[in-house]
Amino acid sequence: MFKQAAWLGWEMDSNWTEPGLFLIYSIIKPVAGAFILVLMSFVALFIGTGNPDLGKSAMFAYLFVGNAFFIYVASVLFGCFQVIQSDREWYQTIRYVYMSPINFYTYIVGRAASKVLLATIATAVTLAFGVFALHIDLSMSLWDIPLFLAVMVIGLLCVVAIGLCLAGLSFLTAKHTHGLAEGIPGMFYLFCGVIFPLSVLPGWGQSVGRALPITYWLEAIRRLILPSSQIAQVTTGLEQRDLAGIIALLLISTAFFFLLSILLFRMTEYLARKAGIIDMTTNY
Amino acid sequence: MTYATETRDLTRIFKRKPKRHLLKRKSAKKNEKENGGPVTALDHVNLTIKEGELFGLLGPNGAGKTTLIKVLCTLLLPTSGSAYVAGFDVSKEVNQIRRKINMVSGGETSGYGLLTTRENIWMFSQFYGIPSKVAKERIDELMHTFGLYDKKNVKVRTLSTGERQKMNMIRGFVTDPEILFLDEPTLGLDVNASRTIREYIMNWVRKREHKTVLLTTHYMMEAEMMCDRVAIIDRGRILALDTPANLKRMIRKESTVQLEVDTLKSTAPIGGIKGIGNFSSKDDIAHGTTNLTIIVEDESAISDIMSAITAQGSRIRSMRKTDPTLEDVFISMVGKGLEE
Ligand SMILES: Nc1ncnc2c1ncn2[C@@H]1O[C@H](COP(=O)(O)OP(=O)(O)O)[C@@H](O)[C@H]1O
Ligand SMILES: [Mg+2]
Repeated sequence: MFKQAAWLGWEMDSNWTEPGLFLIYSIIKPVAGAFILVLMSFVALFIGTGNPDLGKSAMFAYLFVGNAFFIYVASVLFGCFQVIQSDREWYQTIRYVYMSPINFYTYIVGRAASKVLLATIATAVTLAFGVFALHIDLSMSLWDIPLFLAVMVIGLLCVVAIGLCLAGLSFLTAKHTHGLAEGIPGMFYLFCGVIFPLSVLPGWGQSVGRALPITYWLEAIRRLILPSSQIAQVTTGLEQRDLAGIIALLLISTAFFFLLSILLFRMTEYLARKAGIIDMTTNY
Repeated sequence: MTYATETRDLTRIFKRKPKRHLLKRKSAKKNEKENGGPVTALDHVNLTIKEGELFGLLGPNGAGKTTLIKVLCTLLLPTSGSAYVAGFDVSKEVNQIRRKINMVSGGETSGYGLLTTRENIWMFSQFYGIPSKVAKERIDELMHTFGLYDKKNVKVRTLSTGERQKMNMIRGFVTDPEILFLDEPTLGLDVNASRTIREYIMNWVRKREHKTVLLTTHYMMEAEMMCDRVAIIDRGRILALDTPANLKRMIRKESTVQLEVDTLKSTAPIGGIKGIGNFSSKDDIAHGTTNLTIIVEDESAISDIMSAITAQGSRIRSMRKTDPTLEDVFISMVGKGLEE
């Protein structure tokens, strides 16, 4: 049943009669999104440091990698959130999906699966551009590849878990609550060391960042794919922990978010059934 | 024996009326004010439907039909009381229920517009774990029956409203549920499509054992013609429950008089006449007439009715006594027609 949901998600994400349009929407758009942010930080960094050769700057590599992998966060979170909203308002199929034997939780993961695939392509494109056009140094030893893949898998599970929390919340929210879909990724963007290191944040902000698994995910990725000489130059606020420690924290916080998503799902589903808003439409 | 569905003092209260954004803002606000309080959509409903029955729920708009269906389909929790489907509690045992049921609601156009008609139905069948091959065979067969076969590879977004409704009807039958809920299945369909669907439903229940259908409608004829038993519902309460024939027998000693008269200024004088039961009146603006359906308990009241009308200066254009229909039963109990 996961398979059919994934198929539906894929049909939706790829159903452009024009392959060109499909490419633009699914890949170029997220890549461009990442680049706008990169560009902004580029300018900020340049003003701050006056250093013209930013491709070689450790700080720039740091934020570039953060932005590239943040594509996953943004697109999977949005994908999860949008399942309930679109099935409810646009296709008006939610009551039939909901009352069918398929587990709705599974259904959402399935629908979001195609987003993971597309985000992978978009991230790869972004990274390739960084390496070839901006001369960012990426280096990973062959030995680290299995570990990198493991970190990717855990990170994706973690993003999906957060997406499921969002989806759970969207049982209770109306269509115009898009703030939720943009605000939450925005929060991760600020607090998870995507564009600037945790150390830049005020104390309370650092605590928020340390509670979020995305922080550890991005940190682990950076340590695996950036040269250690560059890593050492950036005060990340996480240097007291070694890679194993970071990955352990990632695992723990991911497990926590999975539990949270299951609890949230149960609760919001119950509340939505109670209020009679599983299949509400805002009618305009 | 467990019943197909059973409710005990089932009550559902909504906090407030749904906002209708379709209305203009101003009137929406006004509506909200007027209808502000909680709505009791189901009021202590006790209803048992037996396995193998084609059961009808007849009532006007807003009676609570859809609400009952939603509770039984696990979409909505009861406010109080309980409901069981195939012996399972809708509040706690949803997984057991969901495998056994399906639901189709008429007059709506749900569907994944970017899939083809066949893909759309197939996908839902897969959510029920129907083997893909079996599902495809059933879909083709059903599409032939409902006259949708030539649209099978067409994108759902290009279908007309009626075609989408047929597609959804197939979505309901394709999983071969034990209990099928049909919420106003022929709403808005043309005569031919309605007939096809009605006949299919009747055959489906009658030709197979253990299949149960709960159908809601506000078409009196549909309930009368199709259903083994009919419950009449209004404002969340079940007012009567029996076979169509027995329901009509309830008012057999009374007779129904239908009158077409020049538009009446007031129907109050008629209400005051001795010897009549409830009545309904509907103004026909196009013809400048009022159509009255009056349940007459005592034939001698007929002359009083006529003089009450002529006293207003209104002319009687036609008058006939009719056999009671389920609508008359409804009027005699509620004092208004089904479509008012
Ligand atoms: N989600 C809801 N929120 C608030 N009120 C509702 C909701 N659904 C139905 N109602 C109200 O409950 C009553 C019964 O509605 P419904 O079951 O849809 O009637 P029917 O299907 O017989 O036309 C109506 O007064 C309706 O306005
Ligand atoms: Mg209804």
